[in-house]
Amino acid sequence: MKATTSAPAEIARPQPAGERIAALVFRIGVLPILMIAALAVFTGLSDQFLTIQNLTNLLRQSVYLILVALGQMLALITGGFDLSVGTIIALTSVIAAMAMTAIGADLPDAAWIAILGGCAAGFLAAAGVGLVNGVGIAYFGVSPFIMTLGVQSVGFGLALYLTGGVPVSGLPPEFSDVLGFGTVLGIPTPVLICIAAILAALLLLERTALGRHFYAVGGNAKAATLSGIETRRVLLAAYIICALLAAVSGLLLTARTESGEANLGGTVALESIAACVIAGVSLRGGMGRVGSVVLGAIFIGLIQNGMNLASIGSYLQMVVLGALLVCAVIADQLRHRFQR
Amino acid sequence: MATPLLELVDVTKQFPGVRALDGVSATLERGEVHVLFGENGAGKSTLISMVAGVHQPTSGEIRFEGEPVTFASVHEARARGISAVFQEFSLVPTLSVAENLFLGDEPRRFGLLQPRRQRAMARDLLARIGFDIDVDLPVGRLSRAQQQMVEIAKAFRGELKLLILDEPTASLSEKETERLFALVDQLRVRGIGILYITHRLQEIRQIADRITVLRDGRQIATVDARIPERELIEMMAGRAIAEIYPAIAHRPGEVMLELDAVSTASGVAGASLTVRRGEVVGIAGLVGCGKSEVMRAAFGADRLTAGTVRFRGQAQPRPRPSAMWRAGFFYLPPDRREEGLVLSFPARANITLPALRDRRHRAWPFGLSARAERATARDLARRVDLADRNLGRPVGLLSGGNQQKALFAKGLSTDIALYVFDEPTVGVDVGTRATLYALIKELAEGGAAVVVVSSDLPEVMHLSHRLYVMAGGRVTAELSGPEITETAVLRHFFDHSAETAS
Repeated sequence: MKATTSAPAEIARPQPAGERIAALVFRIGVLPILMIAALAVFTGLSDQFLTIQNLTNLLRQSVYLILVALGQMLALITGGFDLSVGTIIALTSVIAAMAMTAIGADLPDAAWIAILGGCAAGFLAAAGVGLVNGVGIAYFGVSPFIMTLGVQSVGFGLALYLTGGVPVSGLPPEFSDVLGFGTVLGIPTPVLICIAAILAALLLLERTALGRHFYAVGGNAKAATLSGIETRRVLLAAYIICALLAAVSGLLLTARTESGEANLGGTVALESIAACVIAGVSLRGGMGRVGSVVLGAIFIGLIQNGMNLASIGSYLQMVVLGALLVCAVIADQLRHRFQR
Repeated sequence: MATPLLELVDVTKQFPGVRALDGVSATLERGEVHVLFGENGAGKSTLISMVAGVHQPTSGEIRFEGEPVTFASVHEARARGISAVFQEFSLVPTLSVAENLFLGDEPRRFGLLQPRRQRAMARDLLARIGFDIDVDLPVGRLSRAQQQMVEIAKAFRGELKLLILDEPTASLSEKETERLFALVDQLRVRGIGILYITHRLQEIRQIADRITVLRDGRQIATVDARIPERELIEMMAGRAIAEIYPAIAHRPGEVMLELDAVSTASGVAGASLTVRRGEVVGIAGLVGCGKSEVMRAAFGADRLTAGTVRFRGQAQPRPRPSAMWRAGFFYLPPDRREEGLVLSFPARANITLPALRDRRHRAWPFGLSARAERATARDLARRVDLADRNLGRPVGLLSGGNQQKALFAKGLSTDIALYVFDEPTVGVDVGTRATLYALIKELAEGGAAVVVVSSDLPEVMHLSHRLYVMAGGRVTAELSGPEITETAVLRHFFDHSAETAS
């Protein structure tokens, strides 16, 4: 008396050619196609574009966005997003810099204690912001949009208030020498740190229960709850880890600029969401791969770098970036429709 | 003889990958009540959706009043006098009853709405069909039964020749059901044809003229309504009843779950019941009677407002799904796509989701072992008779029966002592049902406590050793063994004490 009737539903759909191409795009995403197109266009526009030096430069510059985009991806996978990543960078930068100068003033000979203390202070501040985001979203049910929008204003205001709008300078020179401009075996330290973060994110998402729970909560929060998953704790973890990754980016940027600034990370929320969405992270949650997001962030960097070389002004760059985000979301919608 | 009102000639509907309806031919006379009978997924809904203009047949012909028709939309069908009342309500909760009744067809003059005339028309309409509802109330404030009545009333807005009712009594009380049947009789006299979907044999006896039985998209027979019940059920299931429902040994042990005067905001009002090891306890009742909510409250999915829950002897003042699951309580939600499965996950990841933190899935030094996870999924899939090749596919693409098997397998992934199956076989084929029932037998005889909450009366009646009947959020009867008969159960479906009290 075993199943006699389950066969018809499992017959594969017949696929015409158009649908096969669509299926291919669905699988690999639009990103590789966009990447090749952008490479071709910018190579045509500027002969400095396709040089080893520019491309290494591009990778180095992309580090900061990659880190933020990895965090943003976690928030997106759980079905939310984080508009406050820019603010987290600013707060981290300002607070770390202030802590470093304060400790440095007391212990002028122990530069590394000052640096570590400053970084710890920065991480703590970021974790605090992530906690506030997470608690608001997970425990009070505030929509991620409102919560992180509000927090982004609060955080930015705090960063400006703490500094009076003036950059915090006088950081220990070792900080910039190592974390901003240093190299290990010829590889810039920021790149190494970024690679470590990418590996950690991969491990988290692919090989831990928490990572799987991120996808489950984003894919179907009700099902996750009824499966015995502490949905709220998972959301909280996502926003805190997102904030910590943004903080790493903030610290590296501080080291690069050699000062704590409230203006760091102004457009990073938009850029990081664009990087993720272009990389196929669904705004509905439950989908997203680390590798693609890294490529997505590099792609955003590539567009900016290419436009700089082609001497397209920053005003127009804003236009292009915004349009790109909207197009990526449209592509996501179409993909969703195809998936059904 | 005059041409029938509606004639289906060899109608077939092919959805991608599934033949939902295969060569159905039937007629509906003026003034006839024609019941469509079959399990979920048999093609009843597909059939009515084509008559109502939601879908178009792949091949075959629909003739209405003698002429072939193709309705591109519900709107077109309605213009010809065909109205459908579907199970899912199409009501806007924030708008008033009157606004809902005329939504999309508001009375206007010079392009402006006429709210007063609309209200009068709404009152008229409701009075004509004998429903008593305040037209100014927002629909969201109405009870489910009242919403159902508004939904039905919407069908009477324009000229009506053919009415389609999809399980209209699923949430109506006895009184409201009687009123609906009186209305149906009235329509019959006026020569309106009625296509009626129901699972209840009693209703068939009461109002049906003819019955078309569907199974797996095929038309099994069209018969006179006086056919014996047993024959009808066996026609629907395609096998003898004894082959579907296994005999489950009854060896009650210690009490696992004890609910005392449990109430929730979602509609449970002081329900008490106990569940023991080694027995299958059924809970039956109308939609909205609280049968699902009471178990959800015990699991922590719905909030408890009063009463006590004791699970394995431990009082649970505020049960939470995560803690209850760890303590050995599995709740299988009734809507697998909405609450049960992460559709984008492969079946494998869905099955192992509750057990990921388990030590046996840990890889050294931390993290998940993909191999261990795969092994777990494979073992569990075997127990529910889910073929290996389904494990890697996104669960959303599997058939309903296979999705349900995956959902059952999920409950086997951790140590569970109490299984609550809320509508365990919604929309699955008979073969899968037999598999799932066999699993329920295995679990209960293995010493677990099992609760089956179901709107499918034969299902709860045949599986349960003891059966609680609920109405109005309270337990109205506890039947056991031979006391469990359809008449006895139905008698307690309606909360008489509440009606006389109010």
